[in-house]
Amino acid sequence: MRITQGCFSFLPDLTDEQISKQVQYCLANGWAVNIEFTDDPHPRNSFWEMWGLPMFDLRDAAGVLMELTECRKVYGNSYIRLSAFDSSHGWESVRLSFIVNRPKEEPGFRLERHEMEGRNIRYTTKSYAVDRPEGQRYGGS
Amino acid sequence: MNEHASITIRGKDRYKSGVMEYKKMGYWEPDYVPKDTDIIALFRVTPQDGVDPIEASAAVAGESSTATWTVVWTDRLTAAEKYRAKCFRVDPVPNSPGQYFAYIAYDLDLFENGSIANLSASIIGNVFGFKPLKALRLEDMRLPVAYVKTFQGPATGIVVERERMDKFGRPLLGATVKPKLGLSGRNYGRVVYEALKGGLDFTKDDENINSQPFMHWRERFLYCMEAVNKAQAASGEIKGTYLNVTAGTMEDMYERAEFAKQLGSVIIMIDLVIGYTAIQSMAKWARRNDMILHLHRAGHSTYTRQRNHGVSFRVIAKWMRLAGVDHIHAGTVVGKLEGDPATTRGYYDICREDYNPVRLEHGVFFEQNWASLNKMMPVASGGIHAGQMHQLLDHLGEDVILQFGGGTIGHPMGIQAGATANRVALEAMILARNEGRDYLHEGEEILAKAAMTCTPLKAALETWKSVTFNYESTDMPDYAPTASVSM
Repeated sequence: MRITQGCFSFLPDLTDEQISKQVQYCLANGWAVNIEFTDDPHPRNSFWEMWGLPMFDLRDAAGVLMELTECRKVYGNSYIRLSAFDSSHGWESVRLSFIVNRPKEEPGFRLERHEMEGRNIRYTTKSYAVDRPEGQRYGGS
Repeated sequence: MNEHASITIRGKDRYKSGVMEYKKMGYWEPDYVPKDTDIIALFRVTPQDGVDPIEASAAVAGESSTATWTVVWTDRLTAAEKYRAKCFRVDPVPNSPGQYFAYIAYDLDLFENGSIANLSASIIGNVFGFKPLKALRLEDMRLPVAYVKTFQGPATGIVVERERMDKFGRPLLGATVKPKLGLSGRNYGRVVYEALKGGLDFTKDDENINSQPFMHWRERFLYCMEAVNKAQAASGEIKGTYLNVTAGTMEDMYERAEFAKQLGSVIIMIDLVIGYTAIQSMAKWARRNDMILHLHRAGHSTYTRQRNHGVSFRVIAKWMRLAGVDHIHAGTVVGKLEGDPATTRGYYDICREDYNPVRLEHGVFFEQNWASLNKMMPVASGGIHAGQMHQLLDHLGEDVILQFGGGTIGHPMGIQAGATANRVALEAMILARNEGRDYLHEGEEILAKAAMTCTPLKAALETWKSVTFNYESTDMPDYAPTASVSM
């Protein structure tokens, strides 16, 4: 399956040139871009690991692309996303977020149903990948 | 018309028994400067033939505050001058003979904290049936910060909704389940599953889906939540379906809302016709229970659509932001329902901005400071399709929910394909916009290119390419922007 979190998951994977244009758009708006990665893409997993801090005060998208290249070297078979933070009053949160790297295979999730009283069902979404320990998911890298 | 000086009769003579013109009783005060804490209302007044517009406007001020048809001595037991609403300005409406804009200021002490019911009982109460007027319309209101701060405001707000849904940088996508009536719970859940799995963020109950013989509400909730969770697992994304909890009593609505919460829904829905107090109650419930609250504006066109009588939708939007809903249907511009671009823009600004400047060309007559009250997500629904994506993005911006009902479910390749077409069209347009392309003019080209790798989008564009709804609007701004020359 293909996880469709983030802003551009229904399009073909973005090229580095396309990624760079999106980053430039964020920087032009004064947003700080952050690189985050995970091997647990559960839809409720808000806090992916940070690759350093959000890059405040950056002017050129090339800086983000350089860091992304480094991150891919280490976590090339994990999910990596870029998130842009807007610090303006009244927003103070993420403005744009999109996936820029995926594992070769995405096993996806299973839905567990616990039958409760009456016809109630309690649902739990479980990632197949997290059946293995951290670091060994998606073939270990 | 404002050169008139005050003609208020003062002292003992003011309280002589009998009938006196409203404009002499203190309801017309052309020199009055509204206080920062006053509520100001703008009415479009159409006096009966032969009725002086100043007198008619003063009567509106009187009848919406302290006056009755005759002088009463009991006024003298009160600080009557403070409680009198004061009409301080009357302008002829441009290009509309016989109509006048009356600006009326109300002291804050006339209103109960945090109650739309109380506010509206005064401002749109008896006065709308007043005989000396042919017609009356409440056009806009300025709500002072001191009053805004007595309301909870949207239970969730745009920013927290986005955080909770984990969706940033693009409009959200929805669809209303069709047919509106007749599907069983199981069949209904099928539509929800297909649409969400195909790529939509939300599906929606229609306004008149409550609990009918063909589908009782518990059936709908149970099957819908199966669909939501299954689509969530299939996509790895957070999904939701607006479960309509509208019912005949508050007790029934609370019961349905509790069940939605117990099933793990992120969002519930109510209809405008449940009334202001019920809406405020549900907004408080939603805040207490981490629930997004969707409002369908069922019934509003009965009083918002005609220009000379009723209440403008911009006022309803302001009241609903105070009352505390998170989503409000606010027009599509290009779809099948009423709404010219400028007026709709005004509604969207009222939903989403922290400060609204005066924009007469959008029908916004007052500046409005929302004092950090949460923002409402406007919803565009009714007769829109993927081929209009560039126009929708241009008119409505990014913080909006685009709802393609027929445009999803009516897709020739099925519901999932319909959803995918909409999502691909949207993402392609956002990508192009962010890249700095002139997406409005290159829109068709951008969509055609995206369709090359997406058969469902190709089919959608072919099916609906020429569908537009070009009819004259009935409700438009009275002022057009004109170039001004500085002297």
